[in-house]
Amino acid sequence: MTRILGISGSLRGGSHNALLLRAAAEGLPAGAELEVWRGLREIPAYDEDLDRGPAPAAVSALREAVAAADAVLFATPEYNHSIPGALKNALDWASRPLATNPFRDKPVAVVGSSTGLFGAVWSQAELRKVLAAMGARVLDAELAVGHARDRFDADGRLLDDDVREALDAIVTALAAEVPAPIAIAA
Amino acid sequence: MTITEQQEQTQTAIETGTWTVDPVHSALGFEVRYMGIAKFSAPVEEFEAAVVDGRLSGAARIASVEVKDENLYAHLLSPEFFDAERHPEIGLSTGELVRRGDDVELEGELTIKGVTRPVTLRGTITGPVADPYGNPRYGLRLATTIDRTEFGIEWNADMPAGGKALSNDVTLRAELSLVQAA
Repeated sequence: MTRILGISGSLRGGSHNALLLRAAAEGLPAGAELEVWRGLREIPAYDEDLDRGPAPAAVSALREAVAAADAVLFATPEYNHSIPGALKNALDWASRPLATNPFRDKPVAVVGSSTGLFGAVWSQAELRKVLAAMGARVLDAELAVGHARDRFDADGRLLDDDVREALDAIVTALAAEVPAPIAIAA
Repeated sequence: MTITEQQEQTQTAIETGTWTVDPVHSALGFEVRYMGIAKFSAPVEEFEAAVVDGRLSGAARIASVEVKDENLYAHLLSPEFFDAERHPEIGLSTGELVRRGDDVELEGELTIKGVTRPVTLRGTITGPVADPYGNPRYGLRLATTIDRTEFGIEWNADMPAGGKALSNDVTLRAELSLVQAA
């Protein structure tokens, strides 16, 4: 089973990016599962003084969730043309120490949604840059879902088949980046 | 020696047989201009190579690159640079070595990050001599300059006053001490 961890950059209840992750979970390729990480709110502001001893529990939980996943799918909004502070902060924690952080060589993909026209396209680009700097294997793909209020029905399901197909294609490509397990002889 | 004189020299083939690299007395590395000023260089410590009937082939393990900072080391091995997880080795195989006096030239194929491209290596040859253990030995000093972006290594960063931090041109250097197999 390919385990994909979903991380939303938004904390808002009813977030369009959380809905995007839910839509991704409904279109998974065979043999894949998607679990959404919900610890973003608990991550403290990065502080090198706190980073000297044992990591805060919420940070350890994030690092362990990433380490246990085969791949990570991000869905992010855009704040002031960039990555939401809470998400960037969580990645700053997860990336320490850089040389051994759990994102190293981890296949990751980024999608995003915003209520404006551009669908968090700059935030996605910056997030891909940050993830590459952390050593992740960043999928060269983006999905910018603009006008988010018009893209989901009352139950929070994607209305647009093109968006759903593009999302499914990204998740399938992400799962395909996961190395096949090494067969162990019985 | 002028170029004309050089061209007039007869091409001579390299000795036949198998000549393997003495790893202790050979070196491999790359250099690339960083921030538009000084060249950054790093050795790659683990490699093997041999010249068989005048054709050089070799492989180097990129995880053995030596740099002075663990975060830079991690960055070089990451997918943004060499992607050592998927492409742990750099490979080279060449056609026949052409010798003109002390100068040599090799046409070959270089594989970095899973991308194979033609390269021309140039340098000098010294020897053969008989080493103290009674084995014939010769030296090859080779270099070639590649465009790293052609091998999918595209990382860069902007400089504050414009331009990019890392040059696309990377020079690969090898200093090989080759011993004839008994």
